[in-house]
Amino acid sequence: MDDVKPLAAAPSEQIPDTPREPMVVMDGVNKHFGDLHVLRDINLTVGKGEVVVVLGPSGSGKSTLCRAINRLETIESGTISIDGKTLPEEGKPLAQLRADVGMVFQSFNLFAHKTIRENVTLGPVKVRKKSKSDADQQANDLLKRVGVEAQADKYPAQLSGGQQQRVAIARSLAMGPKVMLFDEPTSALDPEMVNEVLDVMVGLAKEGMTMIVVTHEMGFARKAADRVVFMADGQIVEIGTPQEFFTHPKSDRAKDFLGKILTH
Amino acid sequence: MLDIIDKYDILGAFWMTIRLAFFSAIGALLIGTVLAVMRVSPVAILRRLGAFYVNTVRNTPLTLLVFFAIAGPYYILQISLTPVNSPTALVDNGIRWAIVALAVYHAAFVCEALRSGVNTVPLGQAEAARSIGLTFGQSLREVILPQAFRGSIAPLGSVLIALIKNTTVASVIGVAEASLLMSEIIENETASVSVFLLFAMGFVILTLPFGVFFTSLSRRLAVKR
Ligand SMILES: Nc1ncnc2c1ncn2[C@@H]1O[C@H](COP(=O)(O)OP(=O)(O)O)[C@@H](O)[C@H]1O
Ligand SMILES: [Mg+2]
Repeated sequence: MDDVKPLAAAPSEQIPDTPREPMVVMDGVNKHFGDLHVLRDINLTVGKGEVVVVLGPSGSGKSTLCRAINRLETIESGTISIDGKTLPEEGKPLAQLRADVGMVFQSFNLFAHKTIRENVTLGPVKVRKKSKSDADQQANDLLKRVGVEAQADKYPAQLSGGQQQRVAIARSLAMGPKVMLFDEPTSALDPEMVNEVLDVMVGLAKEGMTMIVVTHEMGFARKAADRVVFMADGQIVEIGTPQEFFTHPKSDRAKDFLGKILTH
Repeated sequence: MLDIIDKYDILGAFWMTIRLAFFSAIGALLIGTVLAVMRVSPVAILRRLGAFYVNTVRNTPLTLLVFFAIAGPYYILQISLTPVNSPTALVDNGIRWAIVALAVYHAAFVCEALRSGVNTVPLGQAEAARSIGLTFGQSLREVILPQAFRGSIAPLGSVLIALIKNTTVASVIGVAEASLLMSEIIENETASVSVFLLFAMGFVILTLPFGVFFTSLSRRLAVKR
């Protein structure tokens, strides 16, 4: 009787069943695009090894939230810190911090003039100062792990979307990131390629990678997410376990949203 | 026809055209690159200066620029680009000021060709570069500029071909290049159509290989997306 779950007690709080050390902390973050308030007082803590899926209607600020975490978007107020370090403003310290934060884009963004292997070795050689041969070795291992080792000498445009996205994941992993951000990594893919990318991501989650994933793939959220964050109009409306969120959404916005995507 | 070829130094005149084109192309590439860097730099004042240069120069007829180059700096301000008492000072100044005017004029187009190359590089490339921790300089060197250069080969080729043909404008200040000789021959001889065709062919021989070269280079180096 006394092990009452504190879930209902604090609806706007995060679920306090994460005794993890914090990896990403967003505290009172605000941002505008002109008159549009895209991030409204965002408070979010993501623990080490935690996988958080961010959901919400188009235009609700999910990409902006993701991009703010490695400062591809600047913020106006509040703080963001990664593994205890506040995001630096500009210059070398920012570049160093970004090296610890992997980012996977919806449109892959592989370096178009470099081979697959060069895409994976560029960061390790230029930023981590690895030797060419060490970086090549590591690239081969990573490409094997994501299943595209046979394409190592090709250029991005010669690969399918699914293959390109797996290479993009390998490119991020090559930096040994502390946390990885995924912004709708499967939205630009043909349906038959979605799973090959999700499988790699589920594998990463199982190995304990800290991940923030913007995706509408319910299967992934159920399989891999520790928590689901639901955003609308620049605000975090609801946070819960996938189980809770999908079966008993609390807010009307979330119910409405789930109604729309689940009927598809 | 053969006697005309014998009587006039046609090859010499085309050689002058080639010299004009060669030196002004080097000047245009140098000035144009500086302008392009200014126009994409994060410093607003540099961007504005670059834009001002391009818009002013591009909208001035080349004939005027060439004329002003010799009339203003040389005749009025007495800025000589050769030793003043050299016996060929007048002719050499004409050539050199023509090169300056051609370089200044085509630099604006080189700048725009390079800038269009930068614009072929999607924003996502720079974001991906920054995301793996490359600094601003490293992103430029490793990711943006190599792709921008490949994207500007074709437009640069067009600029250079236009430059070769535009050297004919130097005739307005008496530089003895191909078109000046052509007018001279047409005035003196009766075979005007065939003379015209001869010189037209000369220009085609000069420009055609450039066109073929730049097209194949840009195709070979094109960044596939
Ligand atoms: N660079 C920008 N300039 C102006 N408005 C933007 C920019 N990026 C995004 N927005 C706007 O901000 C809002 C949130 O965008 P985004 O974070 O991309 O939402 P989501 O990823 O949830 O679809 C949208 O209304 C979008 O139009
Ligand atoms: Mg988005």
